[in-house]
Amino acid sequence: MIIKQLSVFLENTSGRLTEVTGALASAKINISAFSVADTAEYGVLRLIVNKPEAAEKVLKDKGLSVHITEVIGLVVPDEPGGLHRALKILSAEGISVEYMYAFALGDRATVIIRTESAQRTVEALQRQKLELINASDIYAL
Amino acid sequence: MIWNETIECMSRDKLEQLQSERLSAMVERLYYNVPFYRQQFQKNGIEPGDITHVCQLKSLPFTTKQDLRDNYPFGLFAVPTSEIVRVHASSGTTGKPTVVGYTRKDIGIWSEVMARTLTSAGGGKTDVLHVAYGYGLFTGGLGVHYGAEKIGATVIPMSGGNTQRQLQLMHDFGSTILACTPSYALFIAEAMADANMPIESFKLKAGVFGAEPWTEEMRREIERKLHIKAIDIYGLSEVIGPGVASECPHQCGLHVFEDHFIPEVIDPETLEVLPNGRIGELVFTCVTKEALPLLRYRTRDLTVLNADRCSCGRSIVRMQKVLGRSDDMLIIRGVNVFPSQIETVLLEMSETRPHYLLIVDRVDNLDQLEVWVEVEDQFFSDEIKKLEDLKRKIQHTIESTLGISAKVKLVEPKTIERSEGKSKRVIDKRKLT
Repeated sequence: MIIKQLSVFLENTSGRLTEVTGALASAKINISAFSVADTAEYGVLRLIVNKPEAAEKVLKDKGLSVHITEVIGLVVPDEPGGLHRALKILSAEGISVEYMYAFALGDRATVIIRTESAQRTVEALQRQKLELINASDIYAL
Repeated sequence: MIWNETIECMSRDKLEQLQSERLSAMVERLYYNVPFYRQQFQKNGIEPGDITHVCQLKSLPFTTKQDLRDNYPFGLFAVPTSEIVRVHASSGTTGKPTVVGYTRKDIGIWSEVMARTLTSAGGGKTDVLHVAYGYGLFTGGLGVHYGAEKIGATVIPMSGGNTQRQLQLMHDFGSTILACTPSYALFIAEAMADANMPIESFKLKAGVFGAEPWTEEMRREIERKLHIKAIDIYGLSEVIGPGVASECPHQCGLHVFEDHFIPEVIDPETLEVLPNGRIGELVFTCVTKEALPLLRYRTRDLTVLNADRCSCGRSIVRMQKVLGRSDDMLIIRGVNVFPSQIETVLLEMSETRPHYLLIVDRVDNLDQLEVWVEVEDQFFSDEIKKLEDLKRKIQHTIESTLGISAKVKLVEPKTIERSEGKSKRVIDKRKLT
């Protein structure tokens, strides 16, 4: 259930993002989901790809700072209170959310969540029968 | 182990008394035997006999490398050449070579301080000392050699070069202590691996490394690859050669043999003597040497002195591993800033040395310091919050240690230009007219 996400440190200058996407494209690595967190000077690009280790190597070879971070993917039903239910569970368990981002998967939304502990998050959400996306499924998108 | 416990563990009072007697005699010798110093003394109204205590040292004139050049080759010698038994010289890549001379007694002093150095590195009469410092005009080889003989070790006078042969003999003779530059020690370690000679088949236990700047990172690498304790030693030919100061196995600063070489740390700009604990340029007065007793010789090396007794028992003052060169000093808003201080701040926050760049500019008549830090893996966090925390922490530590505020900018690895593997440390954009 734990998904390996790539995090890349990037300066906020034009063309930097293109270099990353270009390098991944030429290594035939497919991006399933991504988000960018930014400050005035730099940003952190977070990517979910089909081959995380290979992508890490490609980007490290380009001299970038890259980490693999563990995240989980939550499938959110398209109805009022869908996301709220999941977050309430985490809050009750005392698990703090570092960041999250969402993308559409067919007619449902998937939310990528980074918490202090991926393992505990998976357990907490599964106990309450929430649907999580399999790592292999998301890499294959 | 301590070679000369009487001196190395002497109380401050007794040591100052000894230094005072020696300084007073030295000033007298300089006055009568070295025209250069006599003129300096007369210009400053100093008569022999005026100097009776080491605390008066700060009133005496400095000596610089330029003074040695101006008096090339033997002009600063305090004895006739008939008394000189040895001459060494620096390579002189930036002008005339720097020439230094030794009387028989000077060679004795040198052997004594090197005996202290090697003993403090754990050496004794049962050791086999592999000397891979160059022999010749360079002071490294012969300096270590005489000290090693004095402690009764078995000396292998290899000199530099021919690494394969070095490995062979180090292996066959069962060398226990290696003496060379730290970069050559790493080179030897690599050659060992290339030659498929396992380190377990060697008997090395320690290394005495110096003659060039090196980092803690290099030390750890040498210790890991050669399975030895890597001891930092310090010296310069103008003062005597190797043997001016040496670490003990506690590796917490280099013990300065201050009964022979009195250290001071000065502000390179105002030339004021700084109290212990403050970073500045290291200055030496060679109170016992006969041939070339330099007075307040400015080394250009930056360090911090510490007079606390070391856990090894020695009470002589310790100098920190050399932190850089005083020529690199910047004055920002009136505060002296050494790039190495910023480096120390950054090193405190990570295991490895980050690449950094200082950019100094003047905006609206006010100096601005910007510090660029490359975010390599050891610093990188996936969370913006942690990166911002890191930035603030660096900013805060710079401000509290240097007393000036700086803007910190996190940049990608390899952003800062490298030349020959070393990165450029400072860009000063200020145009002062």
